Amino acid sequence: MTSIAKPRIEKHLLRNKLGLTLRDYEGGMSTLCAGCGHDSVTAALVRAFYELDLEPHTAAKVSGIGCSSKTTAYFLGQSHGVNAVHGRMPSIATGAAAANGNLHYVGVSGDGDSLSIGLGQFCHAIRRNLNMLYVVENNGVYGLTKGQFSAAADYGSKSKRGEPNPHTPIDPVKLALTLGATFVARSFSGDKEQLVPLIKAAVMHKGFALIDVISPCVTFNDHAGSTKSYAHTYEYYHRAVHTDYIQPSEEIKAEYKKGEVMEVELHDGSVIALKKVDDDLNPRDRGEVLAYLSHHEAQSEVVTGLLYIDEEKQDMNARNKLPPAPLNTLPYERLSPGAATLADLQKAYC
Amino acid sequence: MKPTDTTNPDYFHKVVDCQWACPSHTPVPEYIRLIAQGRYTDAYMVNRKSNVFPGILGRVCDRPCEPACRRTRIDEEPVAICRLKRVAADHRDDVTDLLPKKPATTNGKKIALIGAGPASLTVANDLAPLGYECTIFDALERPGGLMISNIPSFRLPQEVLDEEIGYILDMGVELKTSTRIDSLKALLKEDFDAVFVGSGAPKGKDLQIPGRDEAAGNIHIGIEWLESVAFDHIDKIGKRVLIIGVGNTAMDCCRTSLRLGADDVKVMARKPREFFKASPWELEDAEEENVEIVVNHSPKEFVLENGKLTGMVFETMEYDVDATGKITDTRVTGEVIIPCDDVILAIGQENAFPWIERDIGIEFDKWDVPEVDKVTFQSTRSGVFFGGDAAFGPLNIIWAVEHGHQAAISIHNHCRGKPLTDRVPDGQILEPTKMGMNEWRYSNGFDASDRRKMTHVDLKERFKKLDTEVELGFTPEQVATEVERCLNCDVQTVFEAPLCIECDACIDICPVDCLTIIHNDEEEALRPRLKNPAENTEQDLYVSAPLKGTGRVMVKDEDVCVHCGLCAERCPTAAWDMQLFDLIKAYASEDSLGVAAE
Repeated sequence: MTSIAKPRIEKHLLRNKLGLTLRDYEGGMSTLCAGCGHDSVTAALVRAFYELDLEPHTAAKVSGIGCSSKTTAYFLGQSHGVNAVHGRMPSIATGAAAANGNLHYVGVSGDGDSLSIGLGQFCHAIRRNLNMLYVVENNGVYGLTKGQFSAAADYGSKSKRGEPNPHTPIDPVKLALTLGATFVARSFSGDKEQLVPLIKAAVMHKGFALIDVISPCVTFNDHAGSTKSYAHTYEYYHRAVHTDYIQPSEEIKAEYKKGEVMEVELHDGSVIALKKVDDDLNPRDRGEVLAYLSHHEAQSEVVTGLLYIDEEKQDMNARNKLPPAPLNTLPYERLSPGAATLADLQKAYC
Repeated sequence: MKPTDTTNPDYFHKVVDCQWACPSHTPVPEYIRLIAQGRYTDAYMVNRKSNVFPGILGRVCDRPCEPACRRTRIDEEPVAICRLKRVAADHRDDVTDLLPKKPATTNGKKIALIGAGPASLTVANDLAPLGYECTIFDALERPGGLMISNIPSFRLPQEVLDEEIGYILDMGVELKTSTRIDSLKALLKEDFDAVFVGSGAPKGKDLQIPGRDEAAGNIHIGIEWLESVAFDHIDKIGKRVLIIGVGNTAMDCCRTSLRLGADDVKVMARKPREFFKASPWELEDAEEENVEIVVNHSPKEFVLENGKLTGMVFETMEYDVDATGKITDTRVTGEVIIPCDDVILAIGQENAFPWIERDIGIEFDKWDVPEVDKVTFQSTRSGVFFGGDAAFGPLNIIWAVEHGHQAAISIHNHCRGKPLTDRVPDGQILEPTKMGMNEWRYSNGFDASDRRKMTHVDLKERFKKLDTEVELGFTPEQVATEVERCLNCDVQTVFEAPLCIECDACIDICPVDCLTIIHNDEEEALRPRLKNPAENTEQDLYVSAPLKGTGRVMVKDEDVCVHCGLCAERCPTAAWDMQLFDLIKAYASEDSLGVAAE
């Protein structure tokens, strides 16, 4: 952390369509270690919401426990949010999304919160295709408790004191693919050029959008032998797909050769332009993506980009025929139609 | 872009906008920090080393530092640098023990200094302690040059002048007042090893329009009139006064008139306000005293009745101004008579050297101004040097001081047979400011306060006496706030590329978004692609060597950095460090040439 809060100096800063600066999308002062990848993810979230021209109060932040889960306090200071108990963020998000489907839900979790204590909750949120951005800030260690291996630590990766990890990892990307997730991406806290458009696309995607962000723990997992350090990530970094997010009103400026780019139109009319680096990756085919990942991971590569997308599946609210308006705006008679209506309804099951 | 060469002192020097803009390169943030600590004497001495007259300049400096101040780029108004300098001067203890002493013996070299203004006094200040026998000649009764003759005492009290000039005279400098030099040729025949001409630009411009000669009794040349007031030869003026011209001399004339009995003073400007030469703060002070500033009036003739001045005819003007602020067309739209009792002409001044013979090897250019070398300040005759307004026409006190420093180096070389171009280049010292975990030996927080306003003596009270100083100086509360507005631009952000792990921490925390890690390119290509586009091309980009993770480079746009040190606090590897920059500027001294004085 720093000795002083970031001063607010805006005279020279650019403004978005709402007349807001980047600073309007920030939150409280971070208390994380200097150089923590999580702070960079925070900055990427700030930039994404700024560039999307979304009013901060249209977002709701949810998180569990851990260094990553603290970060929801550091961005979008003027939005909604709940800090849940350990691993239970998906439940809170599910309830909130059911009650008000109009907010942009941003879940921030870590490899401990999502892959150990909260693994069950994580899986079921994916199953239900809950309409949210779910960021796993993945550093392979329990930083808050001084650096024990997490469930995401790679087999053989060394701890700060040199012990190798004897367990095989849970990979949130592969897990999400097998569970039917509709938006699966991996990125790196040090690569905002990739991370910011991914967050923008994920926020606007209607359904569960997972971004697994390699976010190095500068204090407990940034040494030689670690597979989640800055140096290791830069060395084995592989951008499999370049992602551009194009807002509905924007023109597609970049010129692509025919067949080189796959365009995915989102529900709001915005477009995700995917430019593949490798021909053997098809972001529409789960099987191919899983094979691609296995192949490249065998060479220790960190495969990043928007790896899989499916815009067709209904999200949780649609599947359950929830009304588009927030529940608290419905008249009481509609929200609670009374004992007679319930009795009528139950007759169908008699 | 190539990695920035920070071994050249100019790079970091330029980041300290105020110091870079100051002709004598006063280390402004350094003395502001000393003031913040209540070390007024130390702050005064830091000032004195470079600008020699902190008390005088703390009141009447032209302040090139303030428009340059970085604060104007992130806030509305600059730090009140000049006012803080006065704080140091006003609250210092006795500094006599800290000043250079009159040496026990002289080195036998005799220097003649013509004119007792800031340029000559600075030369004497630098040379006398080295053993030179300096003799200053001045036509007036008291020393100071235009500082005494042209700057009214309600802006610059006599005792402030006397004290700071006294420091120099006490170093064994001989002063010959009321001694006008009428012939340089004659002076050169005397036994001087070098002559320095610091005689200023003493000739006020006249306005030859109809009625000028007939009304001469009530028409005054601004700088001559101010001099007569300063030496008590004039103590009153008519009720209605017109000032022609709208520079800083005009401001002094109009305000002085109000103190000598005028009650209706108009400053007549030919052009619109954006073309005024006067400093904005001097205009503000005059208008506070209810001086009316009339724009777009061009003088045509003086009107007399029964041989006495009764008014002036002006042509009313109209101008077309293009987008760049240039006048493209001028029209006369009519005429108007403005009644008055006296007129003061303040339309500029120029050099005049009737006392320099043209056959003594001193070449004059086509404007009849001597040819003076811009580095050595020597004329075309060896051993004759010029400085201050006498060198390149009217500038200001702080420029005169810097000319004096440079001329002193030249004279020192000249007297020892060294080439004048043998000058020690600027040097720099960079030292860490880290005191501990997120602790720095400067106040790195950002204070969002607005510039403090100087309080003035009550409008009625100030006119009672000519020499009532109008500005009261800052209160302790004002000082405490104003010092914190300084951004400590001399505490430099120094980057060590090999240490960087490209975690982006500095980029995320920077409150002004001035950092970017990016693939290297040409400057024009990089500027628009930075996190916040670097549009101010007057400010440099600080570019690192390639980083080891990706081969990209760290780029810092120096434009709006507030030197808060958050990049260094956030950096996990100390690739960023906050280091104090000290400019090592050469002065005439025994060791500045690497040789001891004989």
